[in-house]
Amino acid sequence: MADAATRHAQIEAAQEQPLPAATAPLRRWLDRRAWRDAMIGVPYLWLLLFFLVPFFIVLAISGGTAVVGLPPITWEDSFPYVTFDNYRFLAEDDLYWKGYLNSLRIAAISTMLCLLIGYPMALGIARSTGVWRHIMLMMVILPFWTSFLLRIYAWMGMLGNNGVLNNFLMLTGIVSSPIRMMHTEFAVYVGIVYSYLPFMVLPLFANLEKLDFTLNEAAMDLGSKPWQVFLDVTLPLSVPGIVAGAMLVFIPATGEYVIPALLGAADSPMIGRVLADEFFLNRDWPVAASVAVALLLLLVVPIMIYSHLESRMASSNPS
Amino acid sequence: MGNDIVAPFIKVDAVTKNFGDFTAVRDVTFDIQKGELFALLGGSGCGKTTLLRMLAGFEIPTKGRISIDGQDMTDLPPYERPVNMMFQSYALFPHMSVEKNVGYGLKHENLTSAERADRVRAMLDLVQLTPLARRKPHQLSGGQRQRVALARALAKQPKVLLLDEPLGALDRKLREHTQFEIMNIQEKTGITFIVVTHDQEEAMTLANRIAVMDKGAIRQIGTPTEIYEYPQSRFVADFIGSINQFEGSIASADGANVTVACTGFDSVIEVTHRGELRSGDKVAVAVRPEKIHITRKMPSPGQNRLSGKVLDLGYFGKDSLYRVKLSNGIVVRVNHVNARRGLESERVAQWADDVWLTFDPSSAILLKD
Repeated sequence: MADAATRHAQIEAAQEQPLPAATAPLRRWLDRRAWRDAMIGVPYLWLLLFFLVPFFIVLAISGGTAVVGLPPITWEDSFPYVTFDNYRFLAEDDLYWKGYLNSLRIAAISTMLCLLIGYPMALGIARSTGVWRHIMLMMVILPFWTSFLLRIYAWMGMLGNNGVLNNFLMLTGIVSSPIRMMHTEFAVYVGIVYSYLPFMVLPLFANLEKLDFTLNEAAMDLGSKPWQVFLDVTLPLSVPGIVAGAMLVFIPATGEYVIPALLGAADSPMIGRVLADEFFLNRDWPVAASVAVALLLLLVVPIMIYSHLESRMASSNPS
Repeated sequence: MGNDIVAPFIKVDAVTKNFGDFTAVRDVTFDIQKGELFALLGGSGCGKTTLLRMLAGFEIPTKGRISIDGQDMTDLPPYERPVNMMFQSYALFPHMSVEKNVGYGLKHENLTSAERADRVRAMLDLVQLTPLARRKPHQLSGGQRQRVALARALAKQPKVLLLDEPLGALDRKLREHTQFEIMNIQEKTGITFIVVTHDQEEAMTLANRIAVMDKGAIRQIGTPTEIYEYPQSRFVADFIGSINQFEGSIASADGANVTVACTGFDSVIEVTHRGELRSGDKVAVAVRPEKIHITRKMPSPGQNRLSGKVLDLGYFGKDSLYRVKLSNGIVVRVNHVNARRGLESERVAQWADDVWLTFDPSSAILLKD
């Protein structure tokens, strides 16, 4: 602290000194917003190049017509050059909206499961101290050190008819014949909850850790039993963490492709699978592109709700 | 039961609290009567907060019992105790309005919603916050938050109110005002208050009885005057106010008239002291700076008389503080009230003046511990 104070004083003293004429413009240029602009500008440029431009390409493809050829796509010759037939097709064929609903349902249930499992975990870590807190946080983060794909393949080995879980159940005599778990919705939930749990736990932990424990003591002092204290104090104050965690799970889970493709059933595909099939199997780029655009629009809504909630919370709770 | 002695309202009996190897509170015993405004005073880490938290139920004593109004509280959880606390940080619920905060404890009482609303209104009136009832804590000033915390703790009409550094976070002007407000509210409600503070001035003005704590133990319990004028140990004498201490040993003891031979002094110092003393006992003589008289004229013999040179003087307006270096090298602090108006040249003594210091034997304190 003292060092920072001295440094601050030095900086102030330096600023008060009149600068030599030659270095003054340079100095002003450095002091001004140039650096700040560059810092903000680089990621914006990155997003523009690798997100916004590809998005517009996808948007353009979604307005085209599929043909056999390379590229397998063509556009109208006259104004407005694009067609909305692909979007109309999405609405007509129930494969697509069933896929969307399926995705939303699975993502919503997975988010709930992540919350139910993750909240006690985050609370436990936030209330622990010293070495234990580090160990438990490490255990949450550790799976990231292994490839995501490998971990999903590992689950295939766990859940298969001849997998670890079934072998264990048969060995202990709980079941006599293996339970079919692979290629079921159950396996998809296992995969999604397993993969996205850290994204629920970490923002919740960050939120719960900051909560002032004397508030809990105050509530207890005023006559509330521990579970009431949780409902009255901890839970309402952790809503920002719950929302953040839920968004981080729900949004990517909706568009999830790998997990349902590897663990899920083929009869009720999630929208990610539909999109991939459209692109790779049917080679219908325009329909695939319009599925992607529709998915994006579908997800923009919860993101906007989230940022709205966040800014409202920030303005009502400046602490 | 025909007994004249009033049973103590709060009884802390041989309470010890260990945190691992560390003993935060060591074998503490004291009683508090109903309606008292009692202060636990001590520096940081003296165990006063741990003691308060044991009264609230946040900590369970390692040994000993605590009872309130004849009921054993030792193992009761906080939510079953007739005790409420005003936290140092106030601990207001940030997501609730002022009235929700104040009414929070009442939802566990058997009250109709009308009764509850009445009680909240009465509490807000008491702390003059009625116009701000719908505000959130972050929309209030520090002083207003403090009053919400007070109203919230009082709303359940507890038998005992615990206040953890109640004035700690307030600025000087507000402290004085709040201090009197707390005393008024205590008088109006008749609730027993226990205040924890590290600020001796706060303890002296607020409380009618003070327990001075050090290293987990109570060093002395008494009224503010007793603590200030009759400290029983070097620690208490030093902790409360400022004091000059001279180490020495008893030269003679004749009833209450005691003489002490102090190290570095030519003549003995006379002290009035009642109590068992033996010649040769190691003691300290302590004198408060305001009880020493400073003069340039040589005083008549027959009283405690010291000569020295003014080392330093600080002028505070209503009084001045002199630091006088005695011929034996000891520096004595003397407070001189500027009762008469005058400029610098008219001062009792100036820098480097040779001065005499005198004090009454009855003003000197004899400290054995």
